[in-house]
Amino acid sequence: MQIHYCDVLSVGAGLAGERVAVEAAQAGYKVICLSIVPPRRSHSSAAQGGMQAALGNSIMGDGDSPEIHFNDTVKGSDWGCDQEVARIFAEQAPIAMREMAFMGVPWNRVVPGEHTYYKGGKPFQATEKKENEGLIHSRAFGGTAKWRTCYTSDGTGHAVLFTLDNRMLELGVQVHDRMQAEALIHDGERCMGVIARNLRTGELEAYIANATLIATGGFGRLYRATTNAVICDGGGQIIAQDTGIVPLGNMEAVQFHPTGTVPTDILVTEGCRGDGGTLLDVNEYRFMPDYEPEKAELASRDVVSRRMTEHMRKGFGVKSPYGDHLWLDIRHLGEKHITTNLREVYDICRHFLGVNPIHQLIPVRPTQHYSMGGVRVNKDGHAYGLKGLFAAGEAACWDMHGFNRLGGNSLAETVVAGRVVGKKVVEFLQGDSMVYKADAMRDALRGVEQRIENLKKGTGDDCYTLRNEMQDAMMEYVGIFRNGKDLQKGVDKLQEILERTKNMRLAGKGQRGQDAEMAMALRVPGMVRLALTIAYGALQRTESRGAHAREDFPERNDRDWLKRTLATWKPGDSLPTLTYEEATPFFILPPGDRGYGGGKIIDGPDIPAEKLVSFAEKKEAQGA
Amino acid sequence: MGRTLTFEIFRYNPSDPDSKPHMQTYTLEETPSMTLFIALNKIREEQDPTLQFDFCCRAGICGSCGMVINGRPGLACHTQTADLPDKITLHPLPVFKLLGDLSVDTGTWFRGVGKKIESWIHTKKQFDENAPEERMDNELANQIFELDRCVECGCCVAACGTARMRDDFIGATSINRLARFYIDPRDERKSSDYYELIGDDSGVFGCMGLLACDNVCPKQIPLQDQLGVMRRMVTLESVKAIIPDFIRNKLVGCPDKND
Repeated sequence: MQIHYCDVLSVGAGLAGERVAVEAAQAGYKVICLSIVPPRRSHSSAAQGGMQAALGNSIMGDGDSPEIHFNDTVKGSDWGCDQEVARIFAEQAPIAMREMAFMGVPWNRVVPGEHTYYKGGKPFQATEKKENEGLIHSRAFGGTAKWRTCYTSDGTGHAVLFTLDNRMLELGVQVHDRMQAEALIHDGERCMGVIARNLRTGELEAYIANATLIATGGFGRLYRATTNAVICDGGGQIIAQDTGIVPLGNMEAVQFHPTGTVPTDILVTEGCRGDGGTLLDVNEYRFMPDYEPEKAELASRDVVSRRMTEHMRKGFGVKSPYGDHLWLDIRHLGEKHITTNLREVYDICRHFLGVNPIHQLIPVRPTQHYSMGGVRVNKDGHAYGLKGLFAAGEAACWDMHGFNRLGGNSLAETVVAGRVVGKKVVEFLQGDSMVYKADAMRDALRGVEQRIENLKKGTGDDCYTLRNEMQDAMMEYVGIFRNGKDLQKGVDKLQEILERTKNMRLAGKGQRGQDAEMAMALRVPGMVRLALTIAYGALQRTESRGAHAREDFPERNDRDWLKRTLATWKPGDSLPTLTYEEATPFFILPPGDRGYGGGKIIDGPDIPAEKLVSFAEKKEAQGA
Repeated sequence: MGRTLTFEIFRYNPSDPDSKPHMQTYTLEETPSMTLFIALNKIREEQDPTLQFDFCCRAGICGSCGMVINGRPGLACHTQTADLPDKITLHPLPVFKLLGDLSVDTGTWFRGVGKKIESWIHTKKQFDENAPEERMDNELANQIFELDRCVECGCCVAACGTARMRDDFIGATSINRLARFYIDPRDERKSSDYYELIGDDSGVFGCMGLLACDNVCPKQIPLQDQLGVMRRMVTLESVKAIIPDFIRNKLVGCPDKND
């Protein structure tokens, strides 16, 4: 077996993984990135809209500050986030955007003079300041007090990823693509790397590293209808959970994006609504202002998705062979705007839907989009439970998003967390001497070999059948609106599927070299465990918070549930073990009303004075 | 009622000494809005789990699924079966190393050319986190992004006559990539530096002007224009001792980058 040695191993080469890798490589460390696909094909590339950062250059972002950004983020999270982390994020975001500009991102810039912008479908005039000419511009996204989303046309993820990957080339960081991590090497206290399967050859290879980073993105593929790429199968969360030690945080917090297209589930960016697009029902009536008079289409994603579902349930959906949907209308933005600022959207509509959005309405419905939960890490990105294991980006629960993340905050998180965690990884390496244990590697290797042998002997269902049943169970029982009865059905069904994975069979019998079925089959049991972690966590959380909406418990319950779910999976168990921790070490913004979404709140006890701090206040204990 | 589609798909597993290259036939009932992404996954999940192909974003953004579709390189995910005849023939992209059936190794190829043309901003400046960003004209930012939109799918390389004959040809994609840096003032390289990178037969002078690259680009990047821009720049660079600077500066795209 081939064994590779490095200082830092990043499992994943999207924006978060590459940003950490760049930081470590700049400090002189040897870094290897593993990736299922060539790095520029990572799902980060698909992010269209932009990155939130309080630069305040644009006229509609005038007077913005990290504190306002922080407040929006906390409200968006429905007070589920870690406020210390959200503050680090909001403060660092402008620096991270400028740094990406320095590395080569062609951010759109301020053009001085009078411009026509749209709010709620209505045009208005605003004058960009002469003194800000050429600085980074920003557009509107949902749930924000200011226009603060930095963008490059609607290919922001692509542009930033290519720029970072260029920097990787310059620094000589190795990327081993078509490698799928299958197990962490650890001794119960210390992480020492991973066992990965080479997707070209089918061989197992070992990577020994002082610091291992999980940056594999989200797990949208647990759902049948998702905007996520086919590689977003939760691989990083699976290997963390398989340790039986590292907890996953808030896995029940799953975001549905209001505008997945029908029938392909491909996302069209929130920038459509930010730029003035509206949502229409079967009568081509604009319904969102009736539900959300203040923010209308630009309330946070969880709220808009629920209002859309609610409206369709009242019978105002558009019937189609693929189920009910609503319309997104961007026609009034005009040809020039659509073919430049919303060009990806224009392409997607024409190529995948046969719709020309300059003249026609776009069929949309809420679609699984983002995983707020993930590998629970502290503010440094260091995983709970295993020294030397880090996580960043969507794969992590660093927890600036709580129970709902704002549009433009996740893409920004990748480079901000990448920058912060990257520096912490470097600090960790400076004081580290790892004793590598050969038996830990052998144990991890044997575990993976055993799973492959079992698959070759299996006589039950094939991996696609089991995956499809899991996805359908998640759609039906663990979707946008949840209730105890359905969640219990979901848990029961997923437990049955998990049992059946033990006798999974390879329909293709396994072949040398590339074998997509084997790669999927190795993933499915872990995916079902993640699905169970979501369903069971959602069943236990008897309140509604952010994206987690319980019909039988419609109130946000700050008295009992102002806390984060931590789920570990003990070997041999058929359910995760859940424990809880406080959502945030202190409050800058005490729990209150979000200002949108309606909903009642069961108040918790008053926050004790020693837990209240101001945004600017830095306590020694916070390490800042 | 939908049509019955017949797929003729190239099969070969280079890791298996018993495997011989051949075409295999599958049939599938067409459904509304069917793309090759939907069709190939249906075939793999329901008929033949040994079939190998690559998809990732399935939204025309990541560039994973380039293949030769009825003789023409394109992205499978944004090819609708409704636009194709009843018989659909699929081959892997040529030029790139075959990994299995329709799956080819574009990743290694693109990293190779990326290093060769030094596809990054060359600057002596240091990032100052306390300083505001350097200003840029928005129009220029748009122009850079226009060239930055390449998804490295490899279709232009697969369609290129020169790339089929010369292993070291960097392809329209790489010349476009360098054109992106040429117009970017943050990149401090000069015309002479670009000349060193692409001023030979593996670069701009290898292009025979067949321009299939421009035809097949799924992102409609103006590859023909960029080949022209870079060839003119490199040509003028090669005669800089002969033609006076004031004429040269008038003819090149970015006179600031002349030495």
